[in-house]
Amino acid sequence: MAQAINQALHQAMGADDRVVLLGEDVGRTGGVFRVTDGLQEAYGEARVVDTPVAESGIVGAAFGMAVAGLRPVVEIQFMGFTYPAYDQIVSHVGRIRNRSRHRFTAPMVIRFPYGGGIGAAEHHSESTEALYAHTPGVKVAVASGPRVAKGLLLAAIEDPDPVIVMEPIRLYRAIREEVPDGPTIVPLGVAEVVRPGSDVTVVAYGSMLRESLRAAEVLEGAGVSAEVIDLRTVSPLDADTVIASVERTGRAVVVAEGHRTAGMTAEIAALIGERALYSLLAPVERVSGLDTVVPLKRAEQYYVPDAARIAAAAARTMEA
Amino acid sequence: MQPLQILHPDGTLAAAPPVGRDEARRLFAAMVHARVYDRKATAMQKQGRLATYAPFEGQEAAQIGSAAALRPDDWMVATYRDAAAMWMQGYLWEDLLLGRIGDERGGSPPEGVPVLPPSITVGAHMLHAVGLGWAERLRGEDRIAITYFGDGATSEGDFHEAMNFAAVFTVPVVFLCQNNQYAISMPVSRQTASATIAQKADAYGMPGVLVDGNDVFAVLAATAEAVARARAGEGPTLIEALTYRTGPHTTADDPGRYRSGDEAAAWRERDPIDRLRAHLRAEGAWDEAWEQGILDEAAAAIEAAVARAEALEVWHPREIVDGMYAEPTAPLLRQRDALLRDLGES
Ligand SMILES: Cc1ncc(C[n+]2csc(CCOP(=O)(O)OP(=O)(O)O)c2C)c(N)n1
Repeated sequence: MAQAINQALHQAMGADDRVVLLGEDVGRTGGVFRVTDGLQEAYGEARVVDTPVAESGIVGAAFGMAVAGLRPVVEIQFMGFTYPAYDQIVSHVGRIRNRSRHRFTAPMVIRFPYGGGIGAAEHHSESTEALYAHTPGVKVAVASGPRVAKGLLLAAIEDPDPVIVMEPIRLYRAIREEVPDGPTIVPLGVAEVVRPGSDVTVVAYGSMLRESLRAAEVLEGAGVSAEVIDLRTVSPLDADTVIASVERTGRAVVVAEGHRTAGMTAEIAALIGERALYSLLAPVERVSGLDTVVPLKRAEQYYVPDAARIAAAAARTMEA
Repeated sequence: MQPLQILHPDGTLAAAPPVGRDEARRLFAAMVHARVYDRKATAMQKQGRLATYAPFEGQEAAQIGSAAALRPDDWMVATYRDAAAMWMQGYLWEDLLLGRIGDERGGSPPEGVPVLPPSITVGAHMLHAVGLGWAERLRGEDRIAITYFGDGATSEGDFHEAMNFAAVFTVPVVFLCQNNQYAISMPVSRQTASATIAQKADAYGMPGVLVDGNDVFAVLAATAEAVARARAGEGPTLIEALTYRTGPHTTADDPGRYRSGDEAAAWRERDPIDRLRAHLRAEGAWDEAWEQGILDEAAAAIEAAVARAEALEVWHPREIVDGMYAEPTAPLLRQRDALLRDLGES
């Protein structure tokens, strides 16, 4: 997946001079996960900028660049280090279009690795996309594999509004997949039915897509046909695709790696309650992280949802 | 560090002025005009026609003098208290008023005016000027950016990040700090133990300049030099303009609770408009009728701006979601429709 993202950045920078990259260690070493490898050699130090260690500074300066007409793509090293920049995002990046009624805009991308699964150090396994989905004026896309990662990033760079692109850490090197060579876009705000099914809808995104697909395999063995949806964008959320599926299957399992309370599973379950309650044959099941900080390596597996928990949740909906 | 001074408080010259007589008269007229606006806005707030307003009386030289050093296409990122500087750079009084009336359309200056809507958060906006100036340099343009902020803002982390980025990347940006001695109720001694704010520039590797902020010539000269450095690719400058807000922090505040009347009275003696008037009068470049003419013209222009701002119709609730993205998203459209249903508008 790292390679697919790298290819997207190459294509975007090659096609459009306005695209500049900023981040800590993105140039000379190509970033913590080598996602930006080779870009500084190709496009120079002016366009691929190794910045000081200052997340608010990076996002705040990139915001100014975007207002001036560039298309900055910012890398933050880990989601847990985006918080120093949160003020810039919530107070300025997501607001300028509205507070100037379209006179000034900030088309920019903020991308970063997120999530657990590799037993990383404290602060390196965050999955707090609900914070950003809750933030008006920005869009939030979450990559679930190489093809989607590339397509979402290209769409984000082209988008007239600021977009946050989250990349599951554990997928950078884990997934191999055919990726179209050309600049193929995955539209923002459009979910994908990745695996059709008829008994239960499993709504997932990002790191949880692969777990959900594994769960669907297990369920198939047990005679349960699961439909798996990759949301791809958590804000704006493609509720129509979710609702249409739940209306057909009558059952829903909603999966997210982030914390439970006021998290993405709560939002999606509420949407199903509002719009598809009378189609439901069983209560909506939620599978998510806990309202704890993400445990360190030795206990991480109790926190991060996996295929077994998803399959068990789906089985419960079948019993109702 | 001694502040740069060209006009003594009594209006006599300490050094040669940076501009000729016509330009000096233009600066005077602009300062008077701005004060008329400030007093009008304060009065309107008392009448309940504006939300809280942050008056800038006493700071006209710092704002007008610095903005006069800019080219019309230079970027400006300023705060809630910097209406005079923003107006000098092309922002309209009526748009500034609209913001205080509580209408987002006040955040949209005329097309081509390179001034961002005033920042309400303290500190974050300095970085935006860094990004704007940096973008111009990357494109090979010679536009620069200026950012205005108060002494309180220098305590924010973003002040450090902005100064640091600007210096590390030789960004064409001017940091203009109006040290008006207070951040709401707290004196500058509670913001920093440093003898001056200007000297902080040293640690970032950029020039820091201390000026008498009530001396419009000194502010203009210092800013012109900083702008020239930036335009020539020599990077950022920090300017600390020593000034005083003679009014309250905002119309919601009572300065009597935290500062003495004597202190305020002493600063009134250093009023920037009185100072330039004394100089112009000594030069034979001022008379009462001329100033009255400026006052009348300003009053008429500002009344017209008030009328335009107040005449603008409240937008239809249908438009409430329109500003968030280039196109409203599907969730926003559903929320809008639910609102319209609740309002019986459908
Ligand atoms: C981030 C942030 N914190 C607090 C406030 C509330 N606040 C508004 S103005 C102000 C004081 C700012 O003082 P200074 O920077 O010296 O500017 P001045 O108001 O004196 O022009 C404060 C604390 C705010 N607007 N933003």
